[in-house]
Amino acid sequence: MNLQALTLTIKLAVIVSAVLLVLGLPIAYWVTFSRLRWKFLVEAVVALPLVLPPTVLGYYLLVAFGSQSALGRAYQSLTGHSLAFTFSGLVIGSLLYSLPFAVQPIVASFAAVDPKLIAASQTLGAGGWKTFWRVILPLSRPGVVTGAVLSFAHTVGEFGVVLMIGGNIPGVTRTISIDIYDQVQSANYSQAGQTALALLLFSFVVLSLVYGLNRRAWVAWPSK
Amino acid sequence: MAIQVTPTMPGPNAEASQRDLRVRIRKSFGGSFTLDAGFTAPPGITMLFGASGAGKTTLLDCIAGLQHADSGLISSGDHVFFDSSTGANLRTARRRVGYVFQTLALFPHLSAADNVAYGLAQTPSGDRSRRVAEILQRFRVSHAAGRRPSQISGGERQRVALARALVIAPSVLLLDEPLSALDAATKSHIMDDLRAWNEAAPIPILYVTHSREEVFALGDRAIFLEQGKVLAEGTPHEVLSAPRQEAAAQLAGFENIFDARVIGLHESQGTMTCEVGNSGVHLEAPLGRIHKGEAVRLGIRAGDILLASRQPEGLSARNVLEGTIASLTRRDVTVIAEIDCGVRVTVHLTPGAQQSLGIAPGARVWLVIKTYSCHLLRK
Repeated sequence: MNLQALTLTIKLAVIVSAVLLVLGLPIAYWVTFSRLRWKFLVEAVVALPLVLPPTVLGYYLLVAFGSQSALGRAYQSLTGHSLAFTFSGLVIGSLLYSLPFAVQPIVASFAAVDPKLIAASQTLGAGGWKTFWRVILPLSRPGVVTGAVLSFAHTVGEFGVVLMIGGNIPGVTRTISIDIYDQVQSANYSQAGQTALALLLFSFVVLSLVYGLNRRAWVAWPSK
Repeated sequence: MAIQVTPTMPGPNAEASQRDLRVRIRKSFGGSFTLDAGFTAPPGITMLFGASGAGKTTLLDCIAGLQHADSGLISSGDHVFFDSSTGANLRTARRRVGYVFQTLALFPHLSAADNVAYGLAQTPSGDRSRRVAEILQRFRVSHAAGRRPSQISGGERQRVALARALVIAPSVLLLDEPLSALDAATKSHIMDDLRAWNEAAPIPILYVTHSREEVFALGDRAIFLEQGKVLAEGTPHEVLSAPRQEAAAQLAGFENIFDARVIGLHESQGTMTCEVGNSGVHLEAPLGRIHKGEAVRLGIRAGDILLASRQPEGLSARNVLEGTIASLTRRDVTVIAEIDCGVRVTVHLTPGAQQSLGIAPGARVWLVIKTYSCHLLRK
């Protein structure tokens, strides 16, 4: 089993799901509560990674990281190297690729908060910020946890985008899915089997823990 | 448009008028519905009465700032909430309006005490817990302080919602059919506590209802709203019995409303005798949970009263009153007779019935009213 690939993958997934939680909350809040007419355009952009093949996303990222683009040139002049085939590049690609998995469950849970509760909070003197922290967010906890878990799991299982923009550099961009692919290509089946089993068990334990802890949802009204 | 039943409604007392809620707004919903309402609510309970769709909740939402009027003015004392002429429009959070929603909207993830403390975020914590404990006790729900809304009864939830709205010392309290799900006894206990609170903190309370019984039982004043317009305002009695307010009278269902006093209880027969005002007119009504000497209000539908041109005999009906016809007016297929029999009584009859009775103004007639046609409007 390739321990280096496993720790690299978990590191990537933890960073990506943490950043997506921070980015996903304001994006989800805006998507849920904005009254702008062209809001649907943002929703469509957020959902794009769901339908695009990872190779398409990977291709555009490579272009963006390259010296042809302003972003690529700016990054290169700051750090002296390109984003392509680096861990940072991998984080950026994974953020985009997993964005809908974080945002959509959070939007669904924000939208399920009774608008009367938000109105009640306002009549009690709370502004938007306090209403968010004390009413909307606590009541949306299951959706927020689901968003974080899905983006974590999706990053762990990512293959196409990593292959396109990260390549296969041990300790830098060789994630566990790439590693398994490599082992199979070189007919190293027992190695591949061990790593695959480790990933399977790890994912199962994490998901079970999260869903187990996330079961208690608040009940607004007792059943009659 | 609005007909002021009582000409001088806001009290002459300057202290009171500084707390008055003044509303004059217009809000259009496409072509189908326009809210166009103006009234002044002094401290005390004002019932906002009307059928569903009359615009009652929209009106409350505009006062709270949850919806925005197209034009007009909303103020509480000299605190202006909304003024389209100056562009003033305070955010809901800054209006200090207590609002109890129909669904109560208690925060399900917070305990009763934390729900009540929610509006006191700016208050130092010692002071806050003292005020929370105080108001929970005042509304008799101290025992529920640590429990979540899902763990307490409907009446307790109602009390917690009132406490939460009132602990912030609002300048106006809005109640949107808050008691509609409760039984009469629970309802009247809660209203007693609310009244006691209101005596210590005299603010205007707007209470939305579509129940005429509640208008009589709970309100000091009433505003009748129909199709977004104020059709009448005054005391509940005036609003619901004023003869010109046809819509109000129809909705109330009682063209005849009498203030009376119980002078005799006949428990074995399930009836009681009431004297209407000081007129000497006695009416037998169904027994209520009531004591002798207590004031009651009786409602009798004009269509439930029989008219006879000779003194009737051998009737099951217990109430036979003698009187003279003061006026007869025909409206469509209904003849409206005003009869003077010590009190003024309105009777509806058909044109055919009028002809066969051969009655005209000044004629002597007898009114026949069944015991069960006398409805007790206030317990």
